[in-house]
Amino acid sequence: MLELEARAEPSRLMSWASPLLAVALTLAGGMVIFTALGKDPAEGFRIFFLNPVKDLYGVSELLLKATPLMLCAIGLAIGFRANVWNIGAEGQFMLGAVAATGVALSFDGTESALLLPAMVLAGALGGAAWAAIPALLRTRFNANEILVSLMLVYVAQLFVSWLVFGPWKDPDGFNFPQTRMFSDAALMPMMLEGTRLHFGFVLALAVLVAGYAFMNRSFAGFRMRVAGEAPDAARYAGFSAQRMVWIGLLLGGAAAGLAGMGEVAGPMGQLTDKVGSGYGFAAIIVAFVGRLNAFGILLASLLMALLYIGGEQAQQYLNLPSSISMVFQGMLLFFLLGSDVFIHYRLRLRRRAPQSD
Amino acid sequence: MDASLFTSILFATVVAGTPLIIVALGLLVNEKAGVLNLGAEGMMAMGAVAAFAVTHHSASPWLGVLAGMGAGIAMALLFGVLTLTLMANQVASGLALAIFGVGLAAFVGKPYEAVALQAVPPIRIPFIADIPLIGEALYNQQALVYFSWALFWTLLWFLHRSRAGLVLRAVGESPASAHAIGYPVVRIRYLAVLFGGAMAGIGGAFLSVFYTPMWAEGMVAGRGWIALALVVFATWRPLRVMIGAYLFGGVMITQLFIQGSGLQIDFPSQLLSSLPYWATIVVLVAISRNAGTIRLNSPVSLGKPYRPES
Repeated sequence: MLELEARAEPSRLMSWASPLLAVALTLAGGMVIFTALGKDPAEGFRIFFLNPVKDLYGVSELLLKATPLMLCAIGLAIGFRANVWNIGAEGQFMLGAVAATGVALSFDGTESALLLPAMVLAGALGGAAWAAIPALLRTRFNANEILVSLMLVYVAQLFVSWLVFGPWKDPDGFNFPQTRMFSDAALMPMMLEGTRLHFGFVLALAVLVAGYAFMNRSFAGFRMRVAGEAPDAARYAGFSAQRMVWIGLLLGGAAAGLAGMGEVAGPMGQLTDKVGSGYGFAAIIVAFVGRLNAFGILLASLLMALLYIGGEQAQQYLNLPSSISMVFQGMLLFFLLGSDVFIHYRLRLRRRAPQSD
Repeated sequence: MDASLFTSILFATVVAGTPLIIVALGLLVNEKAGVLNLGAEGMMAMGAVAAFAVTHHSASPWLGVLAGMGAGIAMALLFGVLTLTLMANQVASGLALAIFGVGLAAFVGKPYEAVALQAVPPIRIPFIADIPLIGEALYNQQALVYFSWALFWTLLWFLHRSRAGLVLRAVGESPASAHAIGYPVVRIRYLAVLFGGAMAGIGGAFLSVFYTPMWAEGMVAGRGWIALALVVFATWRPLRVMIGAYLFGGVMITQLFIQGSGLQIDFPSQLLSSLPYWATIVVLVAISRNAGTIRLNSPVSLGKPYRPES
């Protein structure tokens, strides 16, 4: 009989192998889904996983999609490590986009080179301000940050729709729910001619490095790790739990806000009611699949971006709804959580119950 | 306010509160057994789409409700295998279930987006439905409204008057003791999780088959999360779940009535629509302020994995 047996200590090998196992299982699951839908699995595999990266333009699109994912995920990871469960990155992303748009529209027509940095700052502050609400309610009133940050996603979405249907609506936009297009000075400079890849990607990489430094090289980051892995030890050492909630949520919000800024100043070029496209939720998966560390998050965000684009390709060439991306992404997280059992347990083949110990 | 307006607001409030009651009571049982399943939103979405599809093909809303229940159970089983058998983190697995369920529902439901269902007629209870003011609102209702009341009374009895309920609570408070006196902790937790999934599925079915009746991506609109908040708000007591659900129903309906009434209120509809979410936050804050209330009332081992030593 197969049995799970606790390991004496967590397996380091498995903690790296488990994401790979999860990816392999997701691929296998994908084959099953394609077959079940009556599509040729080999063809499905090619279109979903290979087609998106077959040329330079494809790769640039992949990096473009990975940008908001890695930004949101590194911010979330900082909180998750200390068991601060900010799951409202989607809302913080939208508020970052709103704040950046506010700056862009207020200084419409200016050619100042300071506009873009001001928008970056506004984006980060907007996201952090939105995340400050659950942080405040958690630290002052003990209100569960999972539920509060999640509720604020819906509020943020409605707030964005109000803006683009109301005060910020483009007067020449044929009544579409969108703002004016940003002027050139408010747009991210492009990185590669002929693609949509912009400097936000470099910014995201920089944030990733900063996140690494914070989590692995700073005392504050160390305290947060201890709080997550050994809460009793953290309490005994006198680390302030309140401060960790604040740091976790504010950094998470700022990073998500930056990501939102990058979207409106990058591929979108304006604010619309479709600005929140699920990156904030997908980033939760990225953070977990990336093992809550910077390098893992880099790889996981590329993988998740591939699943997004693969879904679009599947819609175009296989006539499947693009929401198949979400199915793959969810599957990936499930398989990861399942594979993780082998970090703490091993499979043991046990003959019929030996009675003596 | 004239009488007919009162009756119709009361009617609509009861309807809006019903899915919250069903889902939150399911989650309450789930949490009483010590398992925190944050995936309610995903289970509801799957319940809604399954119920809608089956109702559409079979023309029977009751088969639809069964299908919704089945979908909720299937999703909950997934969660159970992860957290109870494979000992995965309950918070992460619940989030995964929420994301996956919403995504899968959107995927499966694509072909049904433009389809409309026939409205299911309410069931009128003779005589008491004739009571002025409240009769029409309370006793000429959808069958699932009566179901939510029956569920409430049953749970009240089950949790506080039956032996099985006592065992369930013991498993949530102190799984090690329950195991020591011979109760199958993991199996009981599985049953509680599946029950939570079944109720979330029925709640979803109510939305897509009876309430709207249609299917659209994102139609659950956070109700699964609100139901989770309700359980905390109710400090794990069924009666308070009922009260809370109708309060939220009232908030949702009032903002709709204000929007639809043509009252010249200078307040944008989108901001009005965010009222129920703000209300959830306000109520959470109000109830959580006193850390002691939560600590006294929440099942002690809520969210903590338990693996019996064999």
